[in-house]
Amino acid sequence: MLNVVVIGNGMVGHHYVEQLAASPIDTQITVIGGETRPAYDRVHLSEYFAGRSPEDLALTSREHYIEIGVEAHFGDPVFRIDRHNKNVITQAGRQFSYDKLVLATGSYPFVPSVPGRDHDSCLVYRTIDDLGSIKAQADEAHIGVVIGGGLLGLEAANALQNLGLETHVVEFAPGLMGVQLDTGGSGMLRRKIEALGVKVHTSKVTEVIEATKDSDTRLLLKFADGDCLATDVVVFSAGIRPFDQLALDADLKLGDRGGIEIDYHCKTSDSDIFAIGECASLGGRIFGLVAPGYRMAEAAVSQLGDDKQSFQGADMSTKLKLLGVDVGSIGDAHGTEEGAIAYTFSDERIEVYKRLIVSANGKTLLGAVLVGDCSDYDTLLQYYLNGIDLPTDPETLILPYNAGATPALGASVLPATAIICSCHNVSKGDIVEAMDAGYLALGDVKVETKASTGCGGCAALLKNIVDDQLSERGLEVDTAICEHFSYTRQELFHLIKVGNIESFDELLDKYGSGRGCDICKPTVGSILASLWNDYVLKEKHVGLQDTNDTFLANMQKNGTYSVVPRIAGGEITPDKLIVLGEVAKKYNLYTKITGAQRVDLFGARVQQLPSIWKELVDAGFETGHAYGKALRTVKSCVGSTWCRYGVQDSVAMALYVENRYKGLRSPHKLKSAVSGCTRECAEAQSKDFGIIATENGWNLFVCGNGGMKPRHADLFATDLDDETLIKYIDRFLMFYVRTADRLQRTSVWMENLEGGLDYLKQVVIEDSLGIATELEEQMNNIVGTYQCEWKRTIENPERLKRFVQFVNTDAEDDQIVFVQERGQPRPATEAERLELSKATA
Amino acid sequence: MSQILKICEQTDLVANSGICAIAEGQQIALFYLPKETPLVYAIGNWDPIGKANVLSRGMVGDINQRLVVASPLYKQHFDLQTGNCIEDSAISVPVYHVELAGDEVLVTL
Ligand code: SRM
Ligand SMILES: Cc1cc2nc3c(=O)[nH]c(=O)nc-3n(C[C@H](O)[C@H](O)[C@H](O)COP(=O)(O)OP(=O)(O)OC[C@H]3O[C@@H](n4cnc5c(N)ncnc54)[C@H](O)[C@@H]3O)c2cc1C
Ligand code: SF4
Ligand code: FES
Repeated sequence: MLNVVVIGNGMVGHHYVEQLAASPIDTQITVIGGETRPAYDRVHLSEYFAGRSPEDLALTSREHYIEIGVEAHFGDPVFRIDRHNKNVITQAGRQFSYDKLVLATGSYPFVPSVPGRDHDSCLVYRTIDDLGSIKAQADEAHIGVVIGGGLLGLEAANALQNLGLETHVVEFAPGLMGVQLDTGGSGMLRRKIEALGVKVHTSKVTEVIEATKDSDTRLLLKFADGDCLATDVVVFSAGIRPFDQLALDADLKLGDRGGIEIDYHCKTSDSDIFAIGECASLGGRIFGLVAPGYRMAEAAVSQLGDDKQSFQGADMSTKLKLLGVDVGSIGDAHGTEEGAIAYTFSDERIEVYKRLIVSANGKTLLGAVLVGDCSDYDTLLQYYLNGIDLPTDPETLILPYNAGATPALGASVLPATAIICSCHNVSKGDIVEAMDAGYLALGDVKVETKASTGCGGCAALLKNIVDDQLSERGLEVDTAICEHFSYTRQELFHLIKVGNIESFDELLDKYGSGRGCDICKPTVGSILASLWNDYVLKEKHVGLQDTNDTFLANMQKNGTYSVVPRIAGGEITPDKLIVLGEVAKKYNLYTKITGAQRVDLFGARVQQLPSIWKELVDAGFETGHAYGKALRTVKSCVGSTWCRYGVQDSVAMALYVENRYKGLRSPHKLKSAVSGCTRECAEAQSKDFGIIATENGWNLFVCGNGGMKPRHADLFATDLDDETLIKYIDRFLMFYVRTADRLQRTSVWMENLEGGLDYLKQVVIEDSLGIATELEEQMNNIVGTYQCEWKRTIENPERLKRFVQFVNTDAEDDQIVFVQERGQPRPATEAERLELSKATA
Repeated sequence: MSQILKICEQTDLVANSGICAIAEGQQIALFYLPKETPLVYAIGNWDPIGKANVLSRGMVGDINQRLVVASPLYKQHFDLQTGNCIEDSAISVPVYHVELAGDEVLVTL
């Protein structure tokens, strides 16, 4: 058994331990971490100020290390390596011997030797403890200064702003983020950041920091040019330096610019010692990002087994959000290569800056800078990493889309080495290989390669590649919704309608195979409901509903449910409001006003749902369908009844519309809003269908979306009377229900609709397909057969049988644990839950 | 020592769906699939990924002919016969031997 000692338990050291422990290599692992806590997510460190606790940032725990058989010690750094006797000695004098040693000591913030830098209010930004100190110092402070306008400096500035300080950034170079951005990009970034209230001082060299007496502020910065700046707190962020002293003392070779020198196998000049992460230097380069660190950790682990991998360096392109501003930098951002040509697009109105650096022959992308809009980043990165030939007019890649169609980067032109999923390091070649081995379905490719099972950001690209490969192999591109039905949702809708099919089993028998799954069952359940408006808990539909539909409530992270009664148009009487309060109090539910003008009660156990709903139904409430792919809410503004500008009664219209379409099952959820005048306080233009009052009637907007990819709704028809308005909405909604794909909001549906808005107008307004009457009839039928699912459920003892935690006892699930916060219950975190159940055990 | 316990009645089961029963402090998710043999499947109710007792409330179906339940929280699939997670082979849930004896549902613990 190999005795492996790891020094440093940062992100990379931890990754190494996890990888090694999970490998078949027979080892005893010992970790010695200098910080007092096990590894945490340094990349998301700043979220500490947005409320994430150290526990939330943790990547592991002492218990976890014990579980996987790793010996771990924290808070006692190693201070000497004895290579001769192959052991390490800690500050407290403990000794650990090793067969193989791994240095993962990371780096520390560089603090320039400015007199006064030792003042209590002068801090750095690297560890959770640092953040604790910043928070403490910011208390009762008013002004904060960050020295250093690089990437980390701007993160620190964000933190100071979040703490409520007047924030300044002082940079000695002429621009911000000089490493990643060119002058133009840096200028645009400055403009955007200043608009957010951060004061930027460039070309300023700080000469001394003086403690002030008899002044409102604690410190005074004096610059070389004679200017001064008063502040309470200073955060240094002037770069980082590798922790390489240990290695130097042990006579290991260092890189030219510091860092422990390694070869492609992450070995140092002593072949029993490895270095990985930010403390390592390969060919004179240090890689200050986690992804390359992780690749080093994997390469170093592999050296102990048979399949030895190498680490050849990594691309340092980055995309990030700084103070809410999108910034991207790819390759040679400064255009230093001989003869390089630059293309620049800058729009000061929308504050977007984009620059391409292209080789002298115009063929390859050498670098790019993006500020204010990173939507082109992924495409540009693929061009850059894979040396793909640029289009003849490279500028089309960064011009706004209406200036000329941007050639999208097709899956077929990507080379085999192109990394598709960066979370799991899966290349296009890996995907092709999996498909060569017979894994042709998208789902199988995912399982086989792990692509798209991390953050999910690569899902669209992965599907493109799989589809492209399928057509290249002469196979039909699979538009099937899942392995059980080789039809699209739209095709299924037609089959069900034309064949008068009333159950899932009937459809499966006729048109499908296997037993169904969590994709096709709810889809078919929704189509059956849209067409026949059957009670969703009917026996034959039971297996088709996911848990939210089965229990008519949304499941929360701890297995409890939320209760959302309908509050049409956001209008509620004081009496009903009191009922909500009473019910919440009685069942100890967390209460919150939602983003859609209603009240959500959280934390109900499954067995409590029926009695909660009985009380609500008795008080006149109905289900709000928060669990269903159905109409959610119709928001309203007060309109002409109260508002001095209102021109129509928007509340009455919202109530009418919400009551008309409530319960309508659709491919995805539907939202609406009605505003009483053009000031648009109900935000109708971000809804699937939005209604805005005019002097003469109503304007109808369609296919808007908030959420992940906001889309402004399109103006569909103007100055409609009440009757025409409803007629158009009936047709519009039914046409959507009929033709959209599974989980496709109206916005995406519209964007994929051939002919777009004009076509939709023809169908709905001019009845070009001759189906308008049929659509209206279908809608009327659904409106006529509406029933509150909760009312039906609580009236039916047979249905209520499902609302139990256990069928064989009345006991409660003891793993559902709440703690109090701000006077209300919330789910315990995992750590709290374990702690509390230990206490009661 | 393994023991056979009556955990509930057949009438407690819901066709094509799951319920949960507790035995010896263990939460067991029971699935009744009238078209399959065997008819009843039992796995642990704890979802090791979502970290809550919810698997009995997932949807059942098949993936590549393997009978599975999808966790209602984050939708990973667990094989009803082996307990293995389809998306992550390092993760699994306990599987219990279960049989129908007349009206009784018996589980081996
Ligand atoms: C409770 C609420 C947040 C809040 O505390 O305010 C909420 C909570 C959830 N939203 Fe939302 N959304 C809530 C308003 C919104 C809004 C604002 C609005 O409706 O005006 C939006 C943007 C508007 C829009 O949809 O266009 C919104 C966009 C989303 C999206 C993104 C949809 C998209 O098309 O991009 C999702 C994800 C999805 O549906 O796939 C989502 C999903 C969810 C889920 C279902 C996530 C989940 O699976 O657990 C949450 C369910 C919680 C629950 O149990 O009720 N929620 N969500 C709001 C409930 C409103 C209500 O009364 O019904
Ligand atoms: C605010 C912030 C934001 C960042 N954002 C990003 C980002 O968006 N993307 C990105 O890729 N990267 C980002 N980074 C960089 C990223 O965090 C680092 O690249 C990564 O943490 C390096 O991991 P590491 O394990 O090599 O070093 P570290 O995480 O620094 O860990 C080294 C550990 O070793 C310990 N140690 C040092 N000497 C000894 C000793 N003698 N004995 C025992 N222990 C010792 C240290 O105390 C430390 O805990 C960010 C960093 C910061 C600070
Ligand atoms: S934005 Fe919506 S989905 Fe996201 S956490 Fe908030 S409520 Fe949940
Ligand atoms: S990039 Fe593929 S899952 Fe994150």
